[in-house]
Amino acid sequence: MEFLSGHYAYWFIFALMIVGLYGMLFKQNMVKKTIGLSIFQASVVLFFVSIASKWNATVPVKSDQFPVENVANYLNPLPHTLMLTAIVVGVATLGVAFTLLITIYNRFGTLDEQEVIEKVQ
Amino acid sequence: MIETHLPVAIVFTYLLFAVIGTAVSFRNKDWAQPLAVLGAGVATLFSIIAFISFLNEGEIVRYWFGNWQPPVGIEFVYDGLSGFISLVINFVAFIVLWHSGANAKAEFKSKRHVYYSVAMLLMLGFNGMVMTGDLFNLYVFLEISSLASYALIAIGNKNAPFAAFRYLIIGTVGGTLYLLGVGFLYTITGTLNMIDMEAMLPMLMDNNVAIAALVLILGGIGVKAALFPLHGWLPDAYTNASSTSSALIAPIGTKVAAYVLFRVVLYVYGADTFESMIPIDYIIGLLASVGIIYGSVMAIGQKELKKMLAYSSVSQIGYIIMGLSLMNPFGFAGALLHVLNHAFMKACLFLVSGNLRLKLGHTRVFDFDSSVAKKQPWTMFGFTVAAISMVGLPPLAGFFSKWYLAIGTVQNSNWLFLAVILVSSLLNAVYFFRILEKVYTNKDNPADLDLDAVEQDEVGFNGKAPVMILAIGLLVIGLTNAAIVGFLFNIFPG
Amino acid sequence: MDLQLVPLLAILTSLAAVPFILLSDKKPNLRESWTIIAAVVKFLLVLTLIPGALEGKTVALELFELAPGLPLLIKADPLGVYFATIASGLWIFTSFYSIGYVRGAGEHKQTRYFASFAICLSSTIGIAFSGNLLTFIVFYEMLTLATYPLVIHKETPKAIAASRKYLTYTLTAGLLLIAATAMTYIYTGSIEFVPGGVFGDTQLSPLLMAVIFILFLGGVGVKAGIMPIHSWLPAAMAAPTPVSALLHAVAVVKSGVFAVIRIVGYVFGTDVLAAYGLNEILIVLAGTTIIVASLMAFAQDNLKRRLAYSTVGHLSYIVLGVALLTPLGMQGGIMHIAAHATMKITLFFCAGAIYVNLHKENISQLNGIAKVMPWTMAAFTIGSLGLAGIPPVNGFLSKWFLAMGSLQGDVTIALIILVVSGLLNVGYFFPIIQRAYFRKGGEELDHHGEASPFMVVPIMVTASLSVIFGIFPNLFFGFFDLAASIAQTLFTGGGL
Repeated sequence: MEFLSGHYAYWFIFALMIVGLYGMLFKQNMVKKTIGLSIFQASVVLFFVSIASKWNATVPVKSDQFPVENVANYLNPLPHTLMLTAIVVGVATLGVAFTLLITIYNRFGTLDEQEVIEKVQ
Repeated sequence: MIETHLPVAIVFTYLLFAVIGTAVSFRNKDWAQPLAVLGAGVATLFSIIAFISFLNEGEIVRYWFGNWQPPVGIEFVYDGLSGFISLVINFVAFIVLWHSGANAKAEFKSKRHVYYSVAMLLMLGFNGMVMTGDLFNLYVFLEISSLASYALIAIGNKNAPFAAFRYLIIGTVGGTLYLLGVGFLYTITGTLNMIDMEAMLPMLMDNNVAIAALVLILGGIGVKAALFPLHGWLPDAYTNASSTSSALIAPIGTKVAAYVLFRVVLYVYGADTFESMIPIDYIIGLLASVGIIYGSVMAIGQKELKKMLAYSSVSQIGYIIMGLSLMNPFGFAGALLHVLNHAFMKACLFLVSGNLRLKLGHTRVFDFDSSVAKKQPWTMFGFTVAAISMVGLPPLAGFFSKWYLAIGTVQNSNWLFLAVILVSSLLNAVYFFRILEKVYTNKDNPADLDLDAVEQDEVGFNGKAPVMILAIGLLVIGLTNAAIVGFLFNIFPG
Repeated sequence: MDLQLVPLLAILTSLAAVPFILLSDKKPNLRESWTIIAAVVKFLLVLTLIPGALEGKTVALELFELAPGLPLLIKADPLGVYFATIASGLWIFTSFYSIGYVRGAGEHKQTRYFASFAICLSSTIGIAFSGNLLTFIVFYEMLTLATYPLVIHKETPKAIAASRKYLTYTLTAGLLLIAATAMTYIYTGSIEFVPGGVFGDTQLSPLLMAVIFILFLGGVGVKAGIMPIHSWLPAAMAAPTPVSALLHAVAVVKSGVFAVIRIVGYVFGTDVLAAYGLNEILIVLAGTTIIVASLMAFAQDNLKRRLAYSTVGHLSYIVLGVALLTPLGMQGGIMHIAAHATMKITLFFCAGAIYVNLHKENISQLNGIAKVMPWTMAAFTIGSLGLAGIPPVNGFLSKWFLAMGSLQGDVTIALIILVVSGLLNVGYFFPIIQRAYFRKGGEELDHHGEASPFMVVPIMVTASLSVIFGIFPNLFFGFFDLAASIAQTLFTGGGL
């Protein structure tokens, strides 16, 4: 039981990953695949954020309430900063992905993967 | 003094030239290529200087960004491995970009300056991956290079954007898996710095998280390295991309991913930790072996040169990863020598393919006949040298990497791997000699072909010289390989 | 004069000629003269090494490292000098003969032909003068690569098929050789050619030793024409005759048996082989090859194919002599390298002359040609007699020593095989001679004379050499003494 309830965050992240993978693998529409990709990346972002968390800690923004030396009062800022970068990377990837999709749509007139494969043949 | 800044200088050069190149191209598109070649040339020069200084002094250069000490700060680490790889990829990029002028004009027309800017970003990403000493920083550069490569592949024929999209999906999944693996490692070690982690991981040998992280990282990078069975994106991507793009990505991309595997397995985890965890090294070796055979067999079945070369690449990366899995000095040296050899060989072959596309208009192997050799003798000469090296005949470079890998497998008494290496050489011979037969003998000439009337229609100097340099380079590497391998033995960790 | 550089120069001579040959593409006479000059210079260089070889001396030159700890080692030891002399000497004749043949038959792409020929000879001399297995592999594969354009030369479907077969067999052989060498390197630490072998003190399981030995045999046996990996040889008869003559009677196949001697005497060592009983494998293979090849020769109507099977058989004479592991047997084998070379090259030259002159390829067409081509057929007769082991041709001497070797080693079966195959030789050569001399030719023979002097003179010379060396085996080069002393060095205390 502890295995399930103690790690609920990880289970949630895991579920998100599965949703994302499902979207990428089983959806024919390429926009939906991209959404799946985005969800997949989001789940990893959430993972990092979750490992930064501590009980009774606040966001890692300098506050007058707690001196900075009391590390236990602040969440671990490092994973947050890493994820800022990762989110930006994700956005850039989405941008490239959508550019590609626009081009594909202009050339093939469809965003359905199966139809594009047939047209490519 | 200068040497401490060189690792950064190499990476920064590409950034600089990406910006300058784009800016100048607004005024005059013809400046794009020379600037890109200059950028690659300067980076190569820096790589050479840094490498020579490393050989002389033997000390690892650690550049701390903003003077923040690791593990707080991010650092670039220039050691034997990263120096060697950066030298190889920058030189090959220089040669390929030098060659690209005619093909870029023909394939991209008014958009060719875009190619050069993106190429600079691509090399930025690759060099960053090689130089960095921080695992997350590696992810950033990995994504930079990946995005650039998606863009480069998309500028191709009609099907290219679709191939690029599929590559994007798989590639990003790979990168994300790597990120997840890094996250796992962070939770148990608290650091992202490679050198720090190397000190900590031996104590965490039995930790399931460490093992899981390793699998994730290997899987993620394995996608980029086209390790069987994660190679599926490669044939379509390389085939549908333009000749100019594939000539740049093919020799370099998978090698840098292989470098990351080397770095993580041998330097971060360390050979002892790796072997004592789970028998992953043997599994990876097996996958690599399957990839070697699969790639060669598929290549035989191809009718078009670029697709053939793409499957051949899957096969060749298998050698490199098999060498890694052997975990002994000979395997290590053989694999890294093969990185060098394959970069040269594949670059030469893709440049040849580009030349053929330019003048013949196609690269359908089964439509080749001896008029090709008459029209483009220099190009085919380069092809012949690269082909003989791929098959592994001495004294060209290709023989020696196979020799060291063979010794490495014997040392581990790994007879299956030895057999795989040898059989694949034979398979390589089939699809390469087939082309040589078509081009150098009259057997496939159409009946109405008047050979005497065929005039030489070779590419210009910028199309020939790079091919010749690479081809002669293969002979030089072959004859001087003892020195190279001696160096590689020295940097083998453990 | 510092002899150290001579072996290297000998190897490089014909390589140096290649650019000149390529540049003289449009001037055939100039181009051919480069070939001849290179041939003569090479031969003279090798000759300077003979006095030293007769005294048992070795000239070694270590060039750059091919791999850490493994240099490119050029070593002219007595065996190497012996082989190099034969190869370079016969090349001179083959060059003249080639000129006559290629012009008479109007062959295409002559520049490619002569350039490849030059590289082949460089590789062969390189093989002769290799001091360790890695150097050997480099030149061995170079030979494969250089002979490929020659086999495929005619570019007919048969030639293409033959070249594919050739390449498959020889590339596979090269790979087996690499495997065997890698294993030797790991288990013994050395891959240098040393009389007595490098396996000396290494304790390995009999299975492992056998595996390594068989891998080596696979590697060299292809070129040495040991059955069942011999079938590229008859197929390669699709090449022009001078190619068949020099390459497949002298250079390529003799490289193969030369390699067998190196493996037996200089890598494993005769003592080690005897201790593990591995030579028995070789005796069985060689013996079978001799008999089966001789029988298959009967069945061939195409003259060159009959000669090809005869070659396969005679190569195994050499292998058998080596496998006996006795000094006399070894000596016989080494002597047969020279003897078979001169005799077989004569026969192939004759076949080529008949083809160019009369456009006949099959034995059934050869009725009465002795009238028209007396000198050619005379030489053919001499060669055939020698191969059957009949004095005074040199084939008799080598066979004698092979027989003595089998007695010395108490391997009676070998003796029986030698005798039987001698009879078979007579059996498949005699009909040719009989047809040529004693049957009446058709009318198409009128208006034909002897073949061009470019071809006939080399034929007469090689035939005469076969007889001269049969009577005076030590003349000019001291072949007899050389063979005897080489054989001695491979046996500690003289024998089993």
